[in-house]
Formats: sequence, structure tokens, C-alpha cells
Amino acid sequence: MNSFVGIDLGSRTTEIIQIVDRKVQHSEIFETGHDPLPRVKESLTRFENSLVVATGYGRHLVSANVGAHRVTEIKACAKGTHHLFPSCRTVLDMGGQDSKLIFMDDKGTVVDFEMNDRCAAGTGKFLEFMAQTFSMDIEKFIQTALAASDYVTISSMCTVFAESEVISLITSGKSKEEIALGLHVSIATRLHAMIAKIPLEEDFLFVGGGAKNDCLHALLEDKLRRTIKRPEEPQMVVALGAALIASTY
Amino acid sequence: MDNFRKMWTELGMDLELHDQLIQDMSSLHKKTHLSQQNRPKTMDRFDRSFHSSHSGRVAEILEFRKNGGKMIGTFCIFVPDEIALAAGVLPLPLCGGSGWAVSYADKLFPRDICPLIRSTFGMALSKTCPYASLEDFAVGETTCDAKKKTWDLLGMKVMEVPQRRNEADRNLWLEEVYRFKGMVEELSGITVTADGLLETIKLVNQKRSALQQIDEFRKLDAPPISGLDALLVAQVSMNQDIHAFIKDTQALIEELQERVDKGISAYSEQGKKILLAGSPSPMGYAKVHHIVENSGLQIVADESCTGLRYFRDLVNEDLNDLDEMMKAVADRYFGIDCACFSPNSERIENIQKLIKDYNVKGVVQSILQYCHTYNVEAKIVEKSLKKIGIPSIKIVTDYSQEDIGQIRTRIEAFAELLMD
Repeated sequence: MNSFVGIDLGSRTTEIIQIVDRKVQHSEIFETGHDPLPRVKESLTRFENSLVVATGYGRHLVSANVGAHRVTEIKACAKGTHHLFPSCRTVLDMGGQDSKLIFMDDKGTVVDFEMNDRCAAGTGKFLEFMAQTFSMDIEKFIQTALAASDYVTISSMCTVFAESEVISLITSGKSKEEIALGLHVSIATRLHAMIAKIPLEEDFLFVGGGAKNDCLHALLEDKLRRTIKRPEEPQMVVALGAALIASTY
Repeated sequence: MDNFRKMWTELGMDLELHDQLIQDMSSLHKKTHLSQQNRPKTMDRFDRSFHSSHSGRVAEILEFRKNGGKMIGTFCIFVPDEIALAAGVLPLPLCGGSGWAVSYADKLFPRDICPLIRSTFGMALSKTCPYASLEDFAVGETTCDAKKKTWDLLGMKVMEVPQRRNEADRNLWLEEVYRFKGMVEELSGITVTADGLLETIKLVNQKRSALQQIDEFRKLDAPPISGLDALLVAQVSMNQDIHAFIKDTQALIEELQERVDKGISAYSEQGKKILLAGSPSPMGYAKVHHIVENSGLQIVADESCTGLRYFRDLVNEDLNDLDEMMKAVADRYFGIDCACFSPNSERIENIQKLIKDYNVKGVVQSILQYCHTYNVEAKIVEKSLKKIGIPSIKIVTDYSQEDIGQIRTRIEAFAELLMD
């Protein structure tokens, strides 16, 4: 068997990658929604005779229904990162419902990790909620933040309280740009606190849906006073890792 | 069941809410304990004791009280059972482990205190705790700030647990143990005698020895009992009649020995051995144990108050007079390595010893939200583990089910880290 498939069923999006001879043959991404299984099954029909590894929040669902192996997104992310950037030892994966900081050795094996707990603060979902408060999609929201020349400090990290705070800032006459940037700064501060706990290895990668956010990326680089690499397709790294792990079974 | 409904009504309970509580506890028990493969058959008895904690056991205590018996509620393993028993008083731990009950505490308690206190008094406030009207009084202790103020709020009796290990603290604790003896003697009208106390010291030691024997099996390469079931046994030990409990454990120990002889493990797969450390898991709560053991890991030791901290040390039995006995009891309890002590290096040493004795490969620190002492001490534990190359992970959570997905991801990733 030389076809290997990785499925990353996340809280917001699902990514599927097929690799043949360690090269990506096919990749797709779709919104997870409330019933992702039919779509996953449909996609899988195109990969006959493939070894499948499921990862992400829905890994148990996928493995129970399509007979796939299962690994956590933490292990898969490290493998994917190592494949793309072999010199990288630390990766920040900002997903829809959690953010993870993963440390790996020179073989891409996880040696330690940090992950936020139940609360949505510091996750992609937080910014999506806030964008909704301004009736914007996330892209527009990021552009709004990037257009700001100054920002207001948002003290609350709780999604619900932050929304109340934002509403009172709007009514006090603050511009949407200042508030949007303020929300990005508060997320960056929270992520920085998680990263700052541990001495950083030289090569540091930012992946997941959050890595597509140019404003957040710039703020993090500023706070860490260093460049932070991003892969071309930051959302596909975990699925890639899962496919690579499939090739080792 | 109809008899019990009558009993619950007479105890002034809210039957409708109580049905909800029981349903919630039973369905969780089914999902966690009963879904395990390869359980010892004798665990049936402990399942029954778990289920009868609000029915048959309550009826027993009602009968005991009808005959003049006295019962006190306790909330901590610092309250010395043998002294209450020697005065003819039944001490019953009443810590709540039900997530269902937590929100009912809102009437009286802030939201940002630990789920253990909120669950306990959520049951009392929702009239779903059958013991609330059965106890003659409750004895609190000073192991954390939220508890201390809870006792004030409810006007309860309090034993002062010192927080340092100096001579003055030891003396203070001995005085408190004497004062506790006075409390229970006054309640029952029975004076504690040397003969009586020696008898209850031996009885409670016997219960601890039984729990220790069960734990010994968990040191084996293929443990015949799961960590989840060992937790259930410990939880039941705090509620069931002590004689009946000792009897049930003897049956369990026999079966565990048979399983060892036949090479039957509680686990269907090989898995890394884990020490569970941190906050207690009162009856009804087994969330972290369940997730850990469903991630290919084996909890072979549990150092919490619902594990070894409860039964690791016996009271010295080589004693001549009542004062010697009182001192021996006080000394035994003063050795409890609770995180309320500053410093608490004894706990770090005990954990290091457990790792060797149980051949542990990783540590899961299970911390109840707002349990500041164990939560902050977790860093000291983590540092001490790093020094000897033992990986650890800290899970801070409560009795709710909403964070199970994230906890599962973290625990499974921890399991992968241990395997790779």
C-alpha cells in the first residue's frame, strides 16, 4: 500500500489529505458543520486501498465509522510540522476551539505540549464571535484591525464578557478599527503568555486557521521580537501529519 | 423502592429532584464503571453499595438512630473516625461528587468556589441529601478558605487543622483531637475508654489494611483491578457500614488473588502505568479516572484523599493507656500530607516513593477548579517529577461534562507522548 490519507475533523473545519510516495496527491477542506460523516465518507470513496488516520476533535467519530486509525491532533501537528520544517522544534496551532503549543524533538516526536482548557478565550472562535458583533466576516474583521492606527485595551478574555465590553466601547464612541485591533491584541497577549512560559527553540512555526490571520501573526512577531514562520497552507498541517503517520503503520 | 420513597418523604426530601439526581448518578456510573470490560465479579457488591448510599444505607442509619445511635457528618479525612466510633457515634463523610447538584448551591454560595463544596451543599439545599436531616451535627475543618467560611455560614462545629509541622502545631492538633472527643462524648453520653478506643483503632486499621491489600495488587504487571474500580471501593468505604465493607473487601481480595493466579488483568491492552495525584474524587465523580483509563493508560496508584492519603498510614496499636492512644491517633492524622500544609515536602517525598513502588511511568494531576492549594502545589510536584524524568500533566476541571472533549485530547496526547 502506498496511498495514505489523513483526516483532521476539527471543530470548525475538516481537512483531508492523501499522500502517495510522501507527496500530496489530493487535499480538500470543508466546514465541519453538524453532520460531517456523510461528507467524510463520500470523500473517502475516492481513496481505495488507502490507510486512513483520523485526527482532530472528531477522530473518535471517524475511526468508529470508517475504520480508521486514530491519533491526537497534537501528535499529528508535530509530524506535519516536522515534515515541512525539519528544523522546527516548537509549533503554535491555533484552531477553532483551542490553541496548542507543541514541543518536539529532532524526529518530530512530541516532548511536551500546552493546551487551553474549556474556555474559548485565545481561540479562533473568540475572534469569530467578535467579528459577528460588528456584523463582519472574519476576513473583513482582520482587515479592519490591520487598518487601525491605535487600539483600545480589552480587559476581559471571556468571550461573553468581552462582547459586553465591546458593546460598551462602541457606545462610548470608539472606532471599529481601534476595537478590532484591541481584540487582536488581547488574543496575542494571551497566546504570548502561553508561549512565554517556556524558552523558545530557534525555529518557531504558527499553524492552524489562526495562522492565516495576518494581524495576529504580526502582533505575535512583535511581542516575541522574532520572525514566526507560517506554512503556505497552515490549516492542512495536521491532516498532513495524520497522513504521514498513516504511512508508518 | 416504594419503601424508600416513603422514607425520603419522611426525611423532608424533594422526591422529584432526588429522582433526577439518582438518574444522573446512575447513568454516569453505567457509562464509566459498568462499561469496563474484565471487571472482577465482586465489584457487583460495590456497585450495589454505591446505589444504596441514598436508600438501603440511609434506612440502616435511620434504624441505628431509632435505637439511640448518633451520627455526625464530616467533610475531610482529618476528622478521626476511631474517636467518634469509640463514643458510639457514627461519622459519615458527606462530600458531594454529583455534577447535577452543583448549581443548586447558588442560593447560598458564590459560583467561584470548588465543585466539591457546591455539590455537597447543592444537595442539601435542593433537599436531595438524605443525610442532611439525619446528622446530629456536622464537623468541618480548616483545610481551605472556602470550607472555613462555609462552616461559619452554616454555624457548624470546626476542628482546627494546623498548617505547619512544628511542635506547636502538633500540640495544637492533639488538643483539637481531645476537643473532638469531648464533642462526640457529649453527643452520645458515652465516655471514651482505653479499651473502647483500642478496639475502634483496630477496627479502622482493619478497614485501612483491607484497602491497602487491594492496592498491593495494583503494583503487579497486570493489575487485576482497574483504577476506576479501586476508586469506587475507596468511595464506598467512606459510606458503607464498616463491618459490611470489610467483609466485602475480603471477598474482593480473594477474587483478585484468583485473577492474579489465572493471569487475568483488568485491562485488555498493555498500557503505561499512571499515578493519579491531586484533589479528591468524592462518590459520584470519576470523570478524570474514566478518561485516563479510556486512553490506554492504567491508573495503578491514586495519592488523593479518595486514595492512598485516606488509608496509607495506620494508627500504632502498641498502646498502654488512653492518653497514649489519643496521641497515637493524633499523630497518625497529623501525618496526612494535605496541600493545606506549608511547606508540604512530605507529599513530594510520598509521590516519589509511589513512583518507584508502583513502577509508574507518568503522573496525571487531577485538580478540582478553585482548589488553590493543590493547584499551586501542582507546580512543585511537576518540578520534582521533571528532576527524575517522569512526565506529568495537570488537568483542572470540575464535575461538569462540557470539557470532556478537550480533556480527552490532552490525555490521549499525554498517552502518545509516553508511548513514543
